[in-house]
Amino acid sequence: MSGDDLDKVAVLHDPVRRAVYDYVTSRGREVGRNEVAEAVGIQRTLAAFHLDRLVEAGLLDAGFRRLTERTGPGSGRPAKVYHRAPGEWQVSVPARDYRTLALVLAEAVESLGGEERAEQVARRAGAGFARQDDDLVGVLRRRGYEPYEEEGRVRLRNCPFHVPAEEHPLLVCSVNLGLCRGLLEALGQDTSAARLDPRPEECCVTFSKNNEN
Amino acid sequence: MLMHLAQLNIAHMRAPVDSPELASFVAGLDPIDRLAEATPGFVWRLKGGDAPEDTVKHDYGDDLLVNFSVWESREALWDYVYRSGHLEFLQRRREWFLRMAEPSSVMWWIPEGYEPRLAEGMERLERLRREGPTPEAFTFKDFYDSSEVVWRPAAAEARK
Repeated sequence: MSGDDLDKVAVLHDPVRRAVYDYVTSRGREVGRNEVAEAVGIQRTLAAFHLDRLVEAGLLDAGFRRLTERTGPGSGRPAKVYHRAPGEWQVSVPARDYRTLALVLAEAVESLGGEERAEQVARRAGAGFARQDDDLVGVLRRRGYEPYEEEGRVRLRNCPFHVPAEEHPLLVCSVNLGLCRGLLEALGQDTSAARLDPRPEECCVTFSKNNEN
Repeated sequence: MLMHLAQLNIAHMRAPVDSPELASFVAGLDPIDRLAEATPGFVWRLKGGDAPEDTVKHDYGDDLLVNFSVWESREALWDYVYRSGHLEFLQRRREWFLRMAEPSSVMWWIPEGYEPRLAEGMERLERLRREGPTPEAFTFKDFYDSSEVVWRPAAAEARK
């Protein structure tokens, strides 16, 4: 276990600060102090305190931006805005390193040309994600995908497999699609609702909502 | 000097380009090429002709399909290849192309405004296959920044 990572993660222990962090990361864009204060239901100064602590810890990045269209005299100073910092931190007790294992296995599967087989295995694994009475968005949220809706589709803000996906995007995105389709199958939904539809900084899979009942 | 990123990738087609086996690939070329050209950071691509389904003609074998393009940065190329509608197209590659044991894709830095030749790209690919990734011929996985390469253009030398 890395002590540095534990320090970062420990910053999220405070429930209010956690709510502040969750709100900022759920937006997928820069947000100002007022907006966070309103959303979380706290004073602006308290929101500012928690936001700056999160920046200090390296979990959020801050910048300055004009939040209104007005410029020139009277338009005020640019506002301080926040968004999720790049990077990832994990704490495992005792120490575990599944990332290295994933990278080694991914390279092995690719060198064997086993992408299709991996996708089939992923389908079975994805079916295991569903519990009784689960709905799709609930499972995706629990698995860390950070789902949100846009124009009739469920999009996923976070790629839970970021590091292997950067090194082996084709394989990992195929595996992820397999997981998502397996999940749909287990929920009794049309598997074609999930497709590869990536965007920069997001997960590669999206779901059409038409098949959801 | 501002540098741009050139990328060549080649693929061995399972059947002739005008065969039914390749029809779904050829049908996808126009939208995928237009997507590339609309991607922020796209600079140039080698075109086979004026029609969207024209593939690049070359002397390296009839079964070989080549893709040759120039981008402003690694991020721009990455976002097109893996973070756009291109990914779904790429995922179907086995329907149309044979698996290759050797590297089939290479990149290298060129000065802004320089138009690379296909022969140059094929040489870079050969070099990658021979020597592994170097600042002169590399891959996404083993990437080199433009600061790590000294630009020695054979063509520019010859013109002096």
